Amino acid sequence: MALSKETVRYVADLSRIELRPEELEELSRQLEAILEFIDQLDKADIAGVEPTSHVAGLANVMRDDVPVSSLPVEKTLANAPHKEGGYFVVPKVIE
Amino acid sequence: MEYEPVIGLEVHVQLETRTKVFCGCLTDFGAEPNTQVCPVCLGFPGSLPVLNKTALEYSIKVGLALNCAIQGFTKFDRKHYYYPDLPKNIQISQYDLPIAKDGYLDIGVNGQTKRIGIRRAHLEEDAGKLIHRGNASLVDYNRTGQPLLEIVSEPDISAPEEAYEYLTDLKSVVEYLDVSDCDMEKGSLRCDANISVRPRGTKELGTKSEIKNLNSFKAVRDALQYEINRHLELKAAGEQIVQETRLWDEKETKTLSMRSKEEAKDYRYFPEPDLPPFTIDKSRIGEIRKTIPELPKEKMRRFMKDYGLTLYDARLLVISKNTSLYAEERLKAFPSKDKKPVANWLIGPMAQEANSRNKELADIPVSPAALNEIIGLVESGQISNLAAKTVLTEMIDSGKNAGTIVREKNLVQISDESALATEMEAVIKENPKVVGDFKAGKENSIMFLVGQVMKRTKGKANPKIVRDMLKRRLTDA
Repeated sequence: MALSKETVRYVADLSRIELRPEELEELSRQLEAILEFIDQLDKADIAGVEPTSHVAGLANVMRDDVPVSSLPVEKTLANAPHKEGGYFVVPKVIE
Repeated sequence: MEYEPVIGLEVHVQLETRTKVFCGCLTDFGAEPNTQVCPVCLGFPGSLPVLNKTALEYSIKVGLALNCAIQGFTKFDRKHYYYPDLPKNIQISQYDLPIAKDGYLDIGVNGQTKRIGIRRAHLEEDAGKLIHRGNASLVDYNRTGQPLLEIVSEPDISAPEEAYEYLTDLKSVVEYLDVSDCDMEKGSLRCDANISVRPRGTKELGTKSEIKNLNSFKAVRDALQYEINRHLELKAAGEQIVQETRLWDEKETKTLSMRSKEEAKDYRYFPEPDLPPFTIDKSRIGEIRKTIPELPKEKMRRFMKDYGLTLYDARLLVISKNTSLYAEERLKAFPSKDKKPVANWLIGPMAQEANSRNKELADIPVSPAALNEIIGLVESGQISNLAAKTVLTEMIDSGKNAGTIVREKNLVQISDESALATEMEAVIKENPKVVGDFKAGKENSIMFLVGQVMKRTKGKANPKIVRDMLKRRLTDA
């Protein structure tokens, strides 16, 4: 399946990723190869097959409404580049 | 051309479970930032969500109370969007197989019942909270992963007032179920509104706008009215309406366009691979159905039947579970068959006391016996209605009983004509114009004179006696 650069740019934009021109080239090529691989699924005969929602064959795995310990706040924030008073700090984003 | 509005509402209800929907972190409101988070709700690699059984049961309970069909097979899906309130960049939600669908809620519109369809109710995880400050945003993920039930109505609502009624009734139902505190100020209940207009009588939907940032039912009503007017003005000017999300600005009382243009397909839903699907069997649904209490509409009808209340009174008294329990205790305890005085007191003076104290009616510490005592004093003519209100206020403040308050504050009603004559003469003398009006045939002006006598006697005069005295005195003369 041919993948236009516009589509790749659009998906990158949705993911808030900025791509340099050479990255756009490379990723478009890679994504196209991935999609071609996946397109093989179109050849499978799926008449009468229920859509799969999970591959492990499990169902109804639940837990009781019982608390367990949360992380200590120092640990939660340990890898944050910016933090303040227990908060993560990010550049201001308002939609 | 005449247009009609078409409105659909999306209501998010935070379910009051102890722990989050997919992990064991607490859901306590007001905790220190980022103290109720763990690898699961923060979306660390390698962590696995596991569904909270109670959250599923609460969702089914709400679905049943809203007359929905509960799906025998349900699953979760990933909704993708990138915003700092979502640490995983995905939200676990439900796409094509919501827990509940195809229900309805009957609301009252101008004394008629109108049925509003419920398209679906699905369970999802809440996002975190952002505090914007200067050039930065502070992020608190405590709310991330709290169970949220999104209840989507059909576009059956045709006026802002109907939207208000729908929200009031929906809140009332959910609150009765004890699954959420439905507190809008705490964000446990949130609402987005979809609105479009179309030529009256046609079927096709117009281009809609979605309104967000609605922090009260009043805001929903006002914002919808604003949007309807905006749509009609655009139509009248022959301009195109753009499909978009708009924010309600409470201060400026107008909606503003949001820049974001993400569409449904941009959310790229797919089945959540970390959660297996769920089957809900009929016997389990039956068990949950049994836990549903008498709901507001049924209770309202019973109040009308059992206590002879009017629709208006009954509706006000069943508005919340606590109010209804408080009211019924007092209605039951009232010795007379005619319960109207109790309803009047609950809806009138007692509701006012609650309001002015910023409390709920059910928090007003007046026992059934104490209320009976006050009503008894008024009915036997020992105190006036006005004095009774003073007794009520004092009773709430001091906890003393009515008899003591009447004695201490000297509130016994003066019904003795000779004791009232001096005050009456003084009032007649001071108000020649009003007296003239009455004599000239303006019968209502007598109420002003009665009020003046009441004032001079600090509310102790028996207004009925005063009225009779004045009438006799002014008609004879």
